[in-house]
Amino acid sequence: MKPKAADVPLLQTVHLSREIKAKKIVADLNVSVEQGTLLAVVGPSGSGKSSFLRLLNRLDEPTAGTVLLGGVDYRTLMPASLRRRVGLVFQTPALFPGTVGDNLQFGPRQRGESIPAAALASLLEEIGLAGYAARDVGRLSGGEAQRVALLRTLVNEPQVLLLDEPTSALDASSELIIEAFLAKIVQQKALACILVTHKLAQASRIAQQILVLEQGKVTLSGPTAEILPCLTNSSTIP
Amino acid sequence: MLNQFFHDPLTLGIVQAVIAALMVLATALLARQQRVFFIREISVAMLRGLVQIVCVGFGLALLLKVPFWLGAFILLGMATIAAQMTAQHAKHLPGVFLISFIGISLGSGLVIGLMTWLGVIEPTLTSLVPVGSMIISSTMRSNSQALERFRAEILAHERQIEAGLALGATPKQITAPYLQATVSASLLPHIDSLQSLGIVWIPGLMTGMVLSGASPIYAALYQFVVMALIVAAARITALVTTTLIRDRLFSPADQLLLHLVER
Ligand SMILES: Nc1ncnc2c1ncn2[C@@H]1O[C@H](COP(=O)(O)OP(=O)(O)OP(=O)(O)O)[C@@H](O)[C@H]1O
Ligand SMILES: [Mg+2]
Repeated sequence: MKPKAADVPLLQTVHLSREIKAKKIVADLNVSVEQGTLLAVVGPSGSGKSSFLRLLNRLDEPTAGTVLLGGVDYRTLMPASLRRRVGLVFQTPALFPGTVGDNLQFGPRQRGESIPAAALASLLEEIGLAGYAARDVGRLSGGEAQRVALLRTLVNEPQVLLLDEPTSALDASSELIIEAFLAKIVQQKALACILVTHKLAQASRIAQQILVLEQGKVTLSGPTAEILPCLTNSSTIP
Repeated sequence: MLNQFFHDPLTLGIVQAVIAALMVLATALLARQQRVFFIREISVAMLRGLVQIVCVGFGLALLLKVPFWLGAFILLGMATIAAQMTAQHAKHLPGVFLISFIGISLGSGLVIGLMTWLGVIEPTLTSLVPVGSMIISSTMRSNSQALERFRAEILAHERQIEAGLALGATPKQITAPYLQATVSASLLPHIDSLQSLGIVWIPGLMTGMVLSGASPIYAALYQFVVMALIVAAARITALVTTTLIRDRLFSPADQLLLHLVER
């Protein structure tokens, strides 16, 4: 039977690979993420987690395989509109010079739109940055910049959200606030979300699925409840 | 001074050139860190410059005899060599010679055309070639500066550029401020010379005109027109070259090809 549109996962990778100088940094990944689902990607440093996310956003070109977005090969889409639909928050935030507000408006502004100030203010409040809209980004702390970068991608209204260690610079209590915020947004907006993290505890708190990468390859994947026990017993995983 | 000892202008010129060359070598020797091969480089550069400029002297003498339309070819040849020189500094950039050639030809071509129409350049080769070469060498400088500056801008803002792309901006949108900064920076030396015109610097062109009997006021106005149009030519070249290079630094899928600007 032919699958109906609703059966197609929002994000699906097909033999997705990237090879640099005969080294496979992402090797033959077949991963799918449904709407409203958060998939945690874990694995040792250098295992290809960030490279995987860059391929999904098409900042790098796959050397083999491709990505399907709602069943459509992403190479047939305009890069700019693809990237708006598949938002990527980098491991280290790269904010534009100017205010927090300028940064948040960046995505909409490229299309000649803008977000009402009140909406921005309430979003900033939710992530613990109330009243930050007019602040200069040059004077933000690492954790504040990280949250601004996350919000900057979210206000662009992506369907797929790719997060590369989005709480690495946060203290424990801010981390919990952001996790709750993310879990809520993923549900509310029915996002397909991929979260790269070094923290198993974080994965266990908010991920429905876990995928383990090692040297660019999937070594384990499945529902959080099944994968987590394997990981806590293993010594090879961070 | 020296001309009291040498009455023949050719001998005088040669003696002057030798003393100038010795002076340059002396300054190179004075800088203690410089190694020997650097002195050799300077000597080669000087010898090359000397041979070239003397050939031009003979060439200028010939110019008085050949038809005007040949000037277009002479200038085109100059633009080609200029493009080659500036491309040498940026070999790693893809298509840099062709792009520089287009930038330099467009910038200098438009301005030389305008000057000829304005009558600033008289329809004689002895007017077209020297003024044209001045314009071309200015666009060459602004071309070199634009290439180097744009490369530095991209390297310095790699992460912001990718962040912008990841948010759905096009390469054109996200590089606009860096393109602007590049064009402004490559014009800076030309703006400086325009500003210091007559104060820090009395240009050779004007000096020559006055020495050969032109009205000083006309010579001054003429010099100003030439300088202002040089700025225009330099701007066109920087803009064209930077825009064309920008397009080469992104893949058809709007990916920043960072390896092209590294090292
Ligand atoms: N442009 C590149 N050229 C060559 N090698 C690269 C390139 N980009 C990434 N790599 C290599 O690919 C491997 C995977 O890198 P990646 O950044 O994806 O790892 P990661 O899992 O995100 O690590 P971390 O947890 O430290 O962030 C590393 O060995 C890295 O050195
Ligand atoms: Mg990483």
